[in-house]
Parts: sequence; C-alpha cells; structure tokens
Amino acid sequence: MQLAKVLGSVVTTQKDPSLASLTLLVLQPLDSDRKAVGRQLVAVDSVGAGVGEEVFFVLGKEASFPFLPKRVATDSCVVGIIDHWSVSKIGKSTR
Amino acid sequence: MQLARVIGTVVSTQKNLHLEGAKLLLVQPIDERGVFFGKATLAVDAVGSGVGERVLVVNEGRAAGEIFQKRIAPVDSAIIGIVDEITFVGK
Repeated sequence: MQLAKVLGSVVTTQKDPSLASLTLLVLQPLDSDRKAVGRQLVAVDSVGAGVGEEVFFVLGKEASFPFLPKRVATDSCVVGIIDHWSVSKIGKSTR
Repeated sequence: MQLARVIGTVVSTQKNLHLEGAKLLLVQPIDERGVFFGKATLAVDAVGSGVGERVLVVNEGRAAGEIFQKRIAPVDSAIIGIVDEITFVGK
C-alpha cells in the first residue's frame, strides 16, 4: 500500500459497466515526508475520500476486493483515509 | 520478500472494513547493509513489529492477504517477519 494525496476526480460517461457509479480519483503518491513521488494515477474510491485528503491505496488484483462479490475492472483502489501518520527519527535521519 | 525498516505508524479511522483492527506501519526498503532506498510504503503488521525494527515485507497480494486467513482483505503489502540477523559475504 502507498500513501497519496487526492488531487481531483475524473468523470467518464462511457466506461466498463462494472465501473458505473464508482468514483474515480486522481492520486499523487507521497513519500513519508509528504513529498510527491512518482507519477499521478487514477484509482477507484471505496471509502468516500474527497479532494485534498490523504489516503492510502492498494495496487493490483486486491484493488477489486472491496467491491466483492461484484467484479470491478480496476487495478488501483483507495482503501483508507489517513487521520495522521508519524515518522520516527530513524526514518528522518538517514534521508 | 523485501528487507525493510519500520520508520513510522499510520492512523486511519475510515478504512475498508476488512482492514479493521489491522496495524498499519510505514516501512522503508533497506539493502543488506541497512541503507535506505526507494520510497516508504504502507504495510499491515502480522508479527507485532515496532518502529525501528528490521523486518521482512511481502509485496504480493496473495501472500500479504494470507495474514488475514479467509478474509478477503484489500492488502498488497504485509510484514511477515522480524529480522534478527543478516549474514552475507561482503566485498
């Protein structure tokens, strides 16, 4: 799982039927010091996250698990909204 | 599996119901000498590890999900061991 910030949402009309009524969010993956790392991506939302919130998301087949038994065509899904996180000195000192 | 060091903790109230009760830790990959590389990711803890410890992390869904046994949890990364010692033939 990775940390990310929700930058926005995506609206599509014509899409796979399994994605109907699901929210698509634009995510920017974050490092532990809130620095943006890597490329932005689009993920399905399963927890009601909104723009500006810090979330964590899963990649791969597991991204479709929150919607079971419905099969959803996705490889990335937001599975939690983060209240806060803390990084110890060990994590900061060697950066 | 990936060697990593636990560098922090994450608190999340609103999350997928299959993740309830799971301990979420921030892990940073390390090489055999303990030097950080790559970016920090989030992993579910299955072995009771804590901040500062060296751990083994699986980054594949099937293996990571095993820690929840039959529950179908949306997890792609889990801590499955605490490293006591690493022995390698150095240059």
